[in-house]
Amino acid sequence: MIPALAADGLLAAGILALALGCVATRRAFASAALFIAYGLLLALAWARLDAPDVALTEASIGAGLSGVLLLGGVRRLEGLAEPSPDAETGPLLTILIGIGCAALTVAIGAAVLLLPDPTPSLAPQVAANLATTDLGNPVTAVLMSFRALDTLLESAVVLLAVVCVWALTPEGGWGGVAGLRQPVVRDGPLALLARVLPPLGIVIAIHILWVGADAPGGKFQAAAVLAAMWLMPWMAGLAPAPRIDARWLRLVLAAGPALFILIGLGGALAEGAFLAYPPGWAKPLILAIEIVLTASIAVALALLVMGPPEPPR
Amino acid sequence: MTGTIFGLVGAALIGIGLFGMLVRRDALLRILSFNLLGGGVFLVFGAVARRGAGAGFGGDPVPQAIILTGIVVAFAATTLAVALVLRLAAAKDRA
Repeated sequence: MIPALAADGLLAAGILALALGCVATRRAFASAALFIAYGLLLALAWARLDAPDVALTEASIGAGLSGVLLLGGVRRLEGLAEPSPDAETGPLLTILIGIGCAALTVAIGAAVLLLPDPTPSLAPQVAANLATTDLGNPVTAVLMSFRALDTLLESAVVLLAVVCVWALTPEGGWGGVAGLRQPVVRDGPLALLARVLPPLGIVIAIHILWVGADAPGGKFQAAAVLAAMWLMPWMAGLAPAPRIDARWLRLVLAAGPALFILIGLGGALAEGAFLAYPPGWAKPLILAIEIVLTASIAVALALLVMGPPEPPR
Repeated sequence: MTGTIFGLVGAALIGIGLFGMLVRRDALLRILSFNLLGGGVFLVFGAVARRGAGAGFGGDPVPQAIILTGIVVAFAATTLAVALVLRLAAAKDRA
């Protein structure tokens, strides 16, 4: 009891210290680096909260991909225009904002302490209906069956984000190669890791996807690992980014959401409800959606980190 | 107990993130602060999920699945925000 409490306390203190550091640091690069460490500690907090699926997602997407994105953004901004002309916030206003934010924290903290006991929970309903999906992981059952519409909309949001990022392509760059052209890195840790890690990472991603039916894991975590295994050789200049007008790219991006919608419509015809699975067919259909959706989301996540094409110089 | 501790951490992160969003002038740092705020919201929700543990699960799986969805959507929004900032800076640079 006491060691567990001490571990939680240390973890909580670490998370808060890193978050404060992110906000207080002068240099954007240091903030982004602290943010990655914060994300990793947050993943540990999720593990302590008995939410291993969330922990895997936070570590791979919240810390990993977001970290790469922010560090890349900082590096590219340094080479561009002077910092924004907005004046720094004055001391009086800073104090007032600080008081307001502290009051908000106290209010939400009080709400956490005053949560009703026992807390309303859907866990018994999930446990009672888990058998209908043939899945062992309750979170996957919620994502793919009980709240499948949320997951469908989420995959559509990711696709929409890719479209929006591409829409920011500067004049003359449309249809070009996604992101900045990366120089070839010949030495150092990146050059080595970009060659050594992808074969291992791809196997790990497939494992995470496959066990996701019965154990912590699933398509989002697997897709994030796959995206990272593409981004690393890309950053080392070893693997080219795709042209955004390539037909195969658009097919892969759309395949996951499209299959999800088709199977959902099939459920409407066979069972009378959108995204309803016929009895006995739930697990094969869910696995089919998960596998195709993993490919779509992996490509989408990688493209989101790469960014829009650059104009020709 | 664990749920309460991290619920309070979530409340603090919401305050820290909002403070950063309002006080910092650097656009990337504001995006980063927004992510801190989001992480706090997820953590408060995670504390609720933890308190809903039952039926053999360590936490209520429904909020956990919604948090997982939220993390992915927050990432998608962050990439779009960073792309907008970079495009804006490039436009200023050229002008």
